[in-house]
Amino acid sequence: MSELDDVLRCAGVRRTFGALRAVDGVDLAVAPGARHALIGPNGAGKSTLLRLIAGGQRVTSGRIWFDGREVTSDPEVSRARQGIGQTFQRSSLFRTLSVAENVALAVQRTRGRPWLPFPRRPGWAARVDEMLRLVGVEDRAHHRVDTLSYAECRQVEVAVALAAEPRILLLDEPAAGMSAAGTARLLELLRGLSAEITLLFVEHDLDMVFELATEVTVLHLGRVLMSGAPTEVQASEEVQRAYLGTGRRGELFTTVRSMGGDHVTPGT
Amino acid sequence: MGAAGAGRLARPPYRPGYAHVGWRAGTATTVAVLALASAPFFLAPYATTALTRMLIFALLAASLDLLVGITGLPSLGHAAYFGVGAYAAGWIAGHGTAAAPAPLLAAVAAGALMAVALGWVAVRSSGVFFLIITLALAEVVRQLAVSWEPVTGGSNGMYGIAATRVGGTALTNVAHLHWYVLFWFLVGLLVLWSLSASPFGATLRGIRDNEPRMRAVGYRPFRYKLAAFVAAGAVAGLAGGLLAAQQRLATPEDLGFTTSALALLAVVIGGSGTIWGPCLGAALVILVRDSFGPSLDGHGPLVLGLVFIVVVYAMPRGVAGVRWSRRRPQLRTKAG
Amino acid sequence: MANWVDIGVIAVLNGLAIGLLLFVVAVGLSLVFGMMDVLNLAHGAVFVAGAYVAWWVVGGSPTWTGWLAALGVALAVGALAGGGLLLMTGPLARRSHLEQALLTLGVALVVAELLSLAFGEDVRSVSPPPGLGGTVSVLGNAYPAYRLLLIALGAGLAVAAHVVVERTPLGALVRATVADRDMVAAVGIDARLVRAGVFVVGSMLATTAGVLGSPIYSPRPGLDSTILILALVVVVIGGLGSVRGALVAALLIGQIESTGRALLSDLASFLLFGSLAIVLALRPRGLFAGAIGGQH
Repeated sequence: MSELDDVLRCAGVRRTFGALRAVDGVDLAVAPGARHALIGPNGAGKSTLLRLIAGGQRVTSGRIWFDGREVTSDPEVSRARQGIGQTFQRSSLFRTLSVAENVALAVQRTRGRPWLPFPRRPGWAARVDEMLRLVGVEDRAHHRVDTLSYAECRQVEVAVALAAEPRILLLDEPAAGMSAAGTARLLELLRGLSAEITLLFVEHDLDMVFELATEVTVLHLGRVLMSGAPTEVQASEEVQRAYLGTGRRGELFTTVRSMGGDHVTPGT
Repeated sequence: MGAAGAGRLARPPYRPGYAHVGWRAGTATTVAVLALASAPFFLAPYATTALTRMLIFALLAASLDLLVGITGLPSLGHAAYFGVGAYAAGWIAGHGTAAAPAPLLAAVAAGALMAVALGWVAVRSSGVFFLIITLALAEVVRQLAVSWEPVTGGSNGMYGIAATRVGGTALTNVAHLHWYVLFWFLVGLLVLWSLSASPFGATLRGIRDNEPRMRAVGYRPFRYKLAAFVAAGAVAGLAGGLLAAQQRLATPEDLGFTTSALALLAVVIGGSGTIWGPCLGAALVILVRDSFGPSLDGHGPLVLGLVFIVVVYAMPRGVAGVRWSRRRPQLRTKAG
Repeated sequence: MANWVDIGVIAVLNGLAIGLLLFVVAVGLSLVFGMMDVLNLAHGAVFVAGAYVAWWVVGGSPTWTGWLAALGVALAVGALAGGGLLLMTGPLARRSHLEQALLTLGVALVVAELLSLAFGEDVRSVSPPPGLGGTVSVLGNAYPAYRLLLIALGAGLAVAAHVVVERTPLGALVRATVADRDMVAAVGIDARLVRAGVFVVGSMLATTAGVLGSPIYSPRPGLDSTILILALVVVVIGGLGSVRGALVAALLIGQIESTGRALLSDLASFLLFGSLAIVLALRPRGLFAGAIGGQH
């Protein structure tokens, strides 16, 4: 596959915070329709990389292309409008609005007329219900978001991001803090998404990563350690060492899974 | 969860909860309008005048609530647009025509233009910075009103404004004036209601709750906030135009800090986020100012200051009791 | 030509005097906001209370004892005012900025009205201490001696504030709280006393500035909002919570005020707020917010 076909490409992307090199010269190519996982130990720069791609933070150096067009200096809004969607590590919702209204805001941006200055029953209301059903929060539609449980907020988070109709969706630890059932449900949801939506996700739950991913990139200390098919990554001695500091393979899954709930402190 | 959820799919589908008026709200509105319209038949002229003044101030407070309650922009300088509207209406009545809609149109245009110019700067900031910069910009406008004497009449204000003429007759009768003000008050409220119940209003609420997320979804908040600022300025200008028609006087006091603070007090007393709340709050504020003020030898602000303090402690959600005490994600969370 | 130079020298000196006075007022406002997130709109009223104290104690017949007594009384008044405001805003710590602003606004209205009930509506002029009522020659220009003293005192206070905040362990705690309140709490430091101290000292500085400034800014109704707005402009331009920013901004505003008044008297306020608008358009959180304020 040639470079032009990649939906997202990063070249030499670097971000420093003072002396700390959070992301240190990352090259990354994400193919259309891929389920591309970013893994790595805490502090590897995964969340920072996602924010650099979404535009929430600016790169110190390096370039980013989305869909063949350079977006390095585009602000976050314009990247969002071009089709880069994101969910946040800590849920970021419209807290005094209802679940349906949260999703409606995203639907309204793409399908409605957010400037319309007089009330009108929107033609896209059914789309809101569709999104709510998709993530399984339809029976909470009319509850205020700040009354929801943590897991439900994560679901609404995904619904809001999907409702904006992204072409690539950046998910920052979507399963963090979820129960096993919740994770299974999320996995089912993400698997069921159309191949027109490319996924790039950071996840600590390696079971989920290897269930879903078609491509895995391992970050370590802000650099790409390796990139390849899930089986290649699982087999790599180098990855084992990065995670554990030992060469013993069996511990990759057991030990790292216990880190699942850890949160990488945002490098701000 | 899956099966249970599927079984409950008969739930009502999504529709914007604020886009339809229930019969209760409809009835209450009709009764209120009828009562206001018939007031001149029952009330003494001075009481009618007081009621007219309440309507004017209520329109100012409601327009401020579009910023404070709906968009989450706490302005401490909203009287600037009100006062500019009053001066513009007065100037047109004196130097152009006093025929009915002209002074008001001038007032609306002046309020809106001023809001475009000042909002361009103010809306870039948020939270407490917005509070400070709106206060500072309003102070510039006030000083302009004081120093541009040939047009504004300086610190004495613009007095002897020509009475508005409707169909060739001058509006000097108290009852006629009241109906004129009531009509435009309702027009102004309708505009505000329409804005807040529309998709545009939903966008503003989204910005109030979580501006960064709006950006991540692809909205450009600056434009919407500026639009809300201009709309609020235009309606405040309309209220100012009505003030000029009613008291036939425009003073630097009308665009000063105290007037802005009173409008904000009305919003807080009434409860932000609704339209009727600030109107009630405004009625209360005017009642306190006009009935306690004279008996305290011009020290009305003393009472109002106490009201401020009491309201903040005792009625954090205002009369309408909506979403007031919940802390919104402002500077504090961003700084964390 | 020489005339322009003379106007220039006097304007610069006036600007320095006003600027340093503004710094003394604004530093309290800035630190209180930085540390506690409270926008104290009653700060202008506290300043005016100090100015009225000066008039009440010193009046038209100045003596050095009178002036020292006025300073003492003003310090006590400032401590009381700061303590009172601290107690009043305490219960609102978790509420929005708007509500805290409204509360302090209410306090400002009440205090201003009480002051004008007590001292009347007239402008109350205060004479400088004996021996400082005359003028001194500065580069061949007659310049009021008291203003030179004011410049010296203001500079002294500015240096003291700078040293305390930037060079002492106490100051380090203040700066840390401004930068990240939650972090300071998380590492187990109880900063409540320090915060209370900042509030009280900030108010004492405001009343002191009121006394020192009273020969220039004669106490009168309405002075509180004038001073409050000037101080707010200083704080915003300098960046909330930054001492260095407040100093630079205060000196800048002082120069703009005095040069503007000397050259184009009516347009001075436009210059002032114009520069505020420009700064905010370029750096929405103030010039020095990044240096200390640490807003991401």
